[in-house]
Amino acid sequence: MEFHYTIWIVTLPFLAFLINGLGSGKLPGKISGWVATIAIGISTFLSYQTAFQYFSSPSRDKIIAFKTTWLRFNDTLQIDMGVLLDPISVMMLVVITTVSLMVFIYSQGYMKNESGYDRYYAFLSLFSFSMLGLVVATNLFQMYMFWELVGVSSYLLIGFYYDKPSAVAASKKAFIVTRFADLGFLIGILMVSFYTGTFDFEILTNPEGLTFSAAASFMGLSTITWALLLIFMGGAGKSAMFPLHIWLPDAMEGPTPVSALIHAATMVVAGVFLVARLFPLYSVFAPSALEVVAFIGAFTTLFAAIIACTQFDIKRVLAFSTMSQIGYMMLALGVSGYGGEEGLGYTASLFHLFTHAFFKALLFLGAGAIIHAVHSNDIREMGGLRKHQPITHILFLIACLAIAGIPPFAGFFSKDEIIAATFVNHPIYFGIAVLVAGLTAFYMFRLYFIVFWGKEKTYENTPHEASTIMLLPMIVLAVGSMFAGFIPFGHYVSSDGQSLALHINWPVAITSVVIALVGITMAWKFYKTESDSSEKVARAFGNSYKSASNKFYIDEIYILITKGIIFQMISKPLAWFDRNVIDAFMNLLAATTNWVSSQIKEFQSGQVQKYAFIFISGVLIIVLSFIYANQ
Amino acid sequence: MVEQVPLNHALIVTTLMFFIGVYGFLTRKNLITMLISVEIMLNAVNLNFVFFDSYLFPGKLEGHFFSLFIIAIAAAEAAVAIAIFINLYRNIRSIDVEQVDKMKY
Repeated sequence: MEFHYTIWIVTLPFLAFLINGLGSGKLPGKISGWVATIAIGISTFLSYQTAFQYFSSPSRDKIIAFKTTWLRFNDTLQIDMGVLLDPISVMMLVVITTVSLMVFIYSQGYMKNESGYDRYYAFLSLFSFSMLGLVVATNLFQMYMFWELVGVSSYLLIGFYYDKPSAVAASKKAFIVTRFADLGFLIGILMVSFYTGTFDFEILTNPEGLTFSAAASFMGLSTITWALLLIFMGGAGKSAMFPLHIWLPDAMEGPTPVSALIHAATMVVAGVFLVARLFPLYSVFAPSALEVVAFIGAFTTLFAAIIACTQFDIKRVLAFSTMSQIGYMMLALGVSGYGGEEGLGYTASLFHLFTHAFFKALLFLGAGAIIHAVHSNDIREMGGLRKHQPITHILFLIACLAIAGIPPFAGFFSKDEIIAATFVNHPIYFGIAVLVAGLTAFYMFRLYFIVFWGKEKTYENTPHEASTIMLLPMIVLAVGSMFAGFIPFGHYVSSDGQSLALHINWPVAITSVVIALVGITMAWKFYKTESDSSEKVARAFGNSYKSASNKFYIDEIYILITKGIIFQMISKPLAWFDRNVIDAFMNLLAATTNWVSSQIKEFQSGQVQKYAFIFISGVLIIVLSFIYANQ
Repeated sequence: MVEQVPLNHALIVTTLMFFIGVYGFLTRKNLITMLISVEIMLNAVNLNFVFFDSYLFPGKLEGHFFSLFIIAIAAAEAAVAIAIFINLYRNIRSIDVEQVDKMKY
């Protein structure tokens, strides 16, 4: 079995980035789009080939397909660059290349008339390259580098409309927040490598062979727990977990296909992937860190679902929905054990990641088609679109059913496994998961009914159906959303490499479906025809509705903490000290020198005779002092 | 054989000449008189060379040759200096040293 060709999966998008980036503005017509699409198309083909080849063999071992030493510290510690194939990385390759390809094709229609078409495809290719490099990383350090590259390309794409101040602000916010989280990630990496002496996943994820050279502890938790918590902080930043989620809603300023690719299907699940990648470490050495993962996941999923019910920007609803679904995945990872039936949560989490990528990308692309037609993000300006966009309507409905967890769509299977994983030992998390399933169905169908049913609004231009090149990828993703659930996922991906049969836990499944149907019915009641009943309910909730629609004031709290406390209490005194003490000292030196020089500049009069007089006097003094000093 | 002038006497003469030159250089305002003062100093030095040569190494001529060199160079220097004075005069209509201070900055 040879996997050498897998290096091209990663390299091809990079080549496309180089061509488009260096040739930006010089490439004729729309050729940059085709370069990027063909490159990612070949990558997709190769990923499928890899997946087929890898999963058709019974072994689930880690395979190093390609490896080169990049930086050598000493005989034992070195940093490699390479391609690591194991079930989750192969699965991620398939997800990323598929969604990327669909988004690349879709963008050819969506971005057709935008300026900066070359730039757009260059950045998009850069993103695909970094994301693929991230998932196939052979060691933590390679992962970290690609992790940052992903952050940079996300920053560049959020700020794609750089003449729009809100987009610039959003890109900065995303970069700073995730960068702040990555600080924790970096410290975590350094701690792990310090205590284990390696960066390699092969060694790190093999709990039998791993010992920690020092069992030091800090504040009651062992160092490894701290290290893994810090690594999770990086993952939480990228995956928009509370309280580092504030950048994701704002990131919707980017072009909609970018939101579909980066901020829904691939990059934001990098945090889940990171925890899954290091799962044996978490599970064996730091169960308490895993509890934190579960808690943060559960909190975020509920928190984001509540906010999503109150938003009016179509993309923001989807953004909060993404947060909520990623919270689900984190929750499933957090409650999972290692190996056998205990590892159900792990499989469920990655299964949900897999299916979520399809329907969430489809939702975003559908939203893009709607925005393209209506020229607005606000769902209050939409209504009755099913007549104008029949195909988009059907596709959007499929995605909504999938995310709501209605059988037999993909979301049902994966969500059911997550809820089943929480069902056994964690009644509170089970309750949250079921509640969120209902909320998910509610806010998705709220969106659906408002946009596609409701009262027809007056539009400036009559909305038109999206072009074929935009519909085609959506249809492919819709097929994925319908049938991805039937894949025997546990057979391929499980925490310990053994095949795990996923059964549908009927009591759990029926509960969640009933809850989802209740959510859909409520949405139907409130929003099918435009009425004020929803507003009445909102008013009944009073302040809690208001705070939810203001995203629970988390942004304001951040502003308060950064501006009110950090800037006021720390930065301002420091700035004062810098200006009035350190700078003042330097200014004093400069002023003294200045004053002295102004005082003595009269010596330079230009009078040759004066100079000569002083010179001769000096010589005389020296001569006389030599003569008399010797006596 | 002519009785030689004692060295002390010769040195008194040259020292006097030298300081007369210094005094002239420092006090006269006319550039040409300053140049003459410089020449007096040079000649004082020349005389020193000649005297020391004939007292210390009678019959040898190194000091004399030095004097010859200095005279030649002084001639060249005078030519350059006077050329400068002429140009200066053309520019500022004066060869007063106190007015020549444009180069101080």
